[in-house]
Amino acid sequence: MSTASTRTPAAVRTYDAYSAPLWKRVLLTRETAVIALTVAVIIYSIANVPNFDGPLTLKFLLQDIAPILLIALPMTLIIITGEIDLSVASIMGLSSVLLGVLHENGMSVPAAALLALLAGLVCGALNGFLIAYVGLPSLAVTIGTLALFRGIAVGLLGTKAVTDFTEKWSDLATGTIGESRIPLVIIPFAVLAVFFVVLLHFSTFGRGVYDIGLNDEAAHFTGVNVARTKFILFVLSGVVSAFAGIYFTLRFGSARGDNATGYELQVIAAVLLGGVSIFGGRGRLHGVLAGVVLIGVISSALRLESVTVNVTNIIVGLLLVASVILPSVLGWAGSRLPRKASAAPPGPRPNKDAASAGV
Amino acid sequence: MSQTDVDRPDSDPGAGHDSQEVSVSEALLVEPSRLSPTRRALTTVLRSRELSIFLVLVAVVVLATSKNESFLFSADGWRNFLLNPSILLLLAVGQGVVIITRNVDLSVGSVMALTAYLTGRLFLEQPGLPVVVVLVACLLVGALLGLVNGALVAYGGVPALVITLGTLYIYRGIMLTWAGSDRINAGDLPREFLQLGTRTVMTIPVLTIIAFVVLAVVGYYLHTARGGRELYAIGSDPDAAVLYGLPVRRRILAAFVLSGALAGLAGALYTARYGTVSSNVGLGIELQAVAAAVIGGIAIFGGSGTVWGAAIGAFLLVTINRALPSLGIEDFWQRAVVGALILGAIVLDRVLAVRQARRLAESRDHS
Repeated sequence: MSTASTRTPAAVRTYDAYSAPLWKRVLLTRETAVIALTVAVIIYSIANVPNFDGPLTLKFLLQDIAPILLIALPMTLIIITGEIDLSVASIMGLSSVLLGVLHENGMSVPAAALLALLAGLVCGALNGFLIAYVGLPSLAVTIGTLALFRGIAVGLLGTKAVTDFTEKWSDLATGTIGESRIPLVIIPFAVLAVFFVVLLHFSTFGRGVYDIGLNDEAAHFTGVNVARTKFILFVLSGVVSAFAGIYFTLRFGSARGDNATGYELQVIAAVLLGGVSIFGGRGRLHGVLAGVVLIGVISSALRLESVTVNVTNIIVGLLLVASVILPSVLGWAGSRLPRKASAAPPGPRPNKDAASAGV
Repeated sequence: MSQTDVDRPDSDPGAGHDSQEVSVSEALLVEPSRLSPTRRALTTVLRSRELSIFLVLVAVVVLATSKNESFLFSADGWRNFLLNPSILLLLAVGQGVVIITRNVDLSVGSVMALTAYLTGRLFLEQPGLPVVVVLVACLLVGALLGLVNGALVAYGGVPALVITLGTLYIYRGIMLTWAGSDRINAGDLPREFLQLGTRTVMTIPVLTIIAFVVLAVVGYYLHTARGGRELYAIGSDPDAAVLYGLPVRRRILAAFVLSGALAGLAGALYTARYGTVSSNVGLGIELQAVAAAVIGGIAIFGGSGTVWGAAIGAFLLVTINRALPSLGIEDFWQRAVVGALILGAIVLDRVLAVRQARRLAESRDHS
């Protein structure tokens, strides 16, 4: 490949990525690595973990990761723009409580769910307004709204729990598609996934999302409406989180103020594991979805091996750290090897970021 | 990105100003040496963020005390007022130093849990161990865990948010695996250690004194020492700090070690204070520590703020929690109030920053 770049220097593009042949560009990516790892873990689990291929494993696995799958979709787009949303789990909690409170006061489940979705939209709009139009840092804003939304949820319901949901609706949340083992919640997820894939990878809006993440001033000058894009993303995140909260409530049949506490870190861990750069501008949805599935499969397999959830936490943490450290280490190693130095482009963002390693 | 567009004033309302008789605020902003030292110090304090947060704290305490005398004027009330915030205060000081360098440390809650359990474990296995040895051990373990964070962030060239999110899981997982279903109960701990959590010297609890000493040392260091000032320089522009020849990596490493060490100390003090260690020690406290720092005026993108502010922020968060029931609000709403406070604090920061930038630009145009 070094011959290709020296033969016609004038016509060669300067981006490292384009100096590699197509198959390399497709196969040697973070996303492929995550997917390969996921497949490897699944194959290993089927072969070695008793009951992993049992009838209930897939159903519970998918039901467990469904909220994270759902929220990871908008979260990916938000992180690609270089922002972050820590308030998603609190929005889940708030929509769960609203569903419970409204249902308790005699509203039907669909009407209550609609209002809960609306509340999610308002929460997302508040985040989006403060971040996109007032220009506040998203990390600080969403730490604030994390406390605010959770506080409203806990304030509304206290330590009570609303559990009297009609069976029809709980069955909907726990049921499967026909006779298969795939839970019903995968249908809305699939619809949303298609929507977000089209939005991010096949629309001008999506190109704008990447533009903003790489350089928001340049994006502004190329005609991307930076503020509106960010605002829309936070609104989407609010609505999807509220939907995940409704699913969570109906699945466990209980609306509590502290539902889904700590989910925000799980979602972010999955998204980052899936190859999205926290600096923005890099990442694809298929990698993220593989990341979510990877975490789900690992915890499911370990649970079947009756390893405690603590070990799962350690593994997820190690994976997360390794996934961000590896490119730097490889880049550093590559630059140390003189023979490979010309061939291997250094990993994305090598040492120069030590200083700007920010939040 | 929006910082740049406020540098250019669109209008010039104060054009009639003579540069000789500028207002005090403008002098402080543009040329502080024009004011006399006492006046400068006085204006700085009067205009500081720390003072306004402190006034909010005073207002909360006065309100709560007027409703319920014993909020402050009872032996218990006074002790709780000082004692409850001291653990969060330690974490907020460490977190503040890290945020000043434009990083963040999310793993403090897990570090705290790990050393809280370590404390109990040490006393279980070596009953005669002196208290000081245990405190030092926790400090060292915390520092070691912080060193891991710092080394990965400073030398790995990866964002602190991701690394410390990862170590949050890892450290908590290690603690839970190690502890299993064990719990540390007050009965397992020697009496003198538990007394550390409740003893007072001249009505001031020992834990609070420890926290204040740490605060004073760190605050003084940040304010006067070369290393401390370099932390601000790194936070306000990391690239410029590298070009200027500052030891960026070493300083960032030191900030994380400090944050880890303080979290380690906080874990030991937690055990002394509450006597029991269960699996959910310090769960979610990292966000409270960030919140305390942000409320106290430390900008989330580094380079400004003081640990004094972070300490007052920690006091405010904990005190509001205790004051709400006396004010007739169910304490379930505490988190909502905290959230509103954080949002208010960052909106205020933004407004002040815009105003200051405009003033600077105006005075530049005058001269």
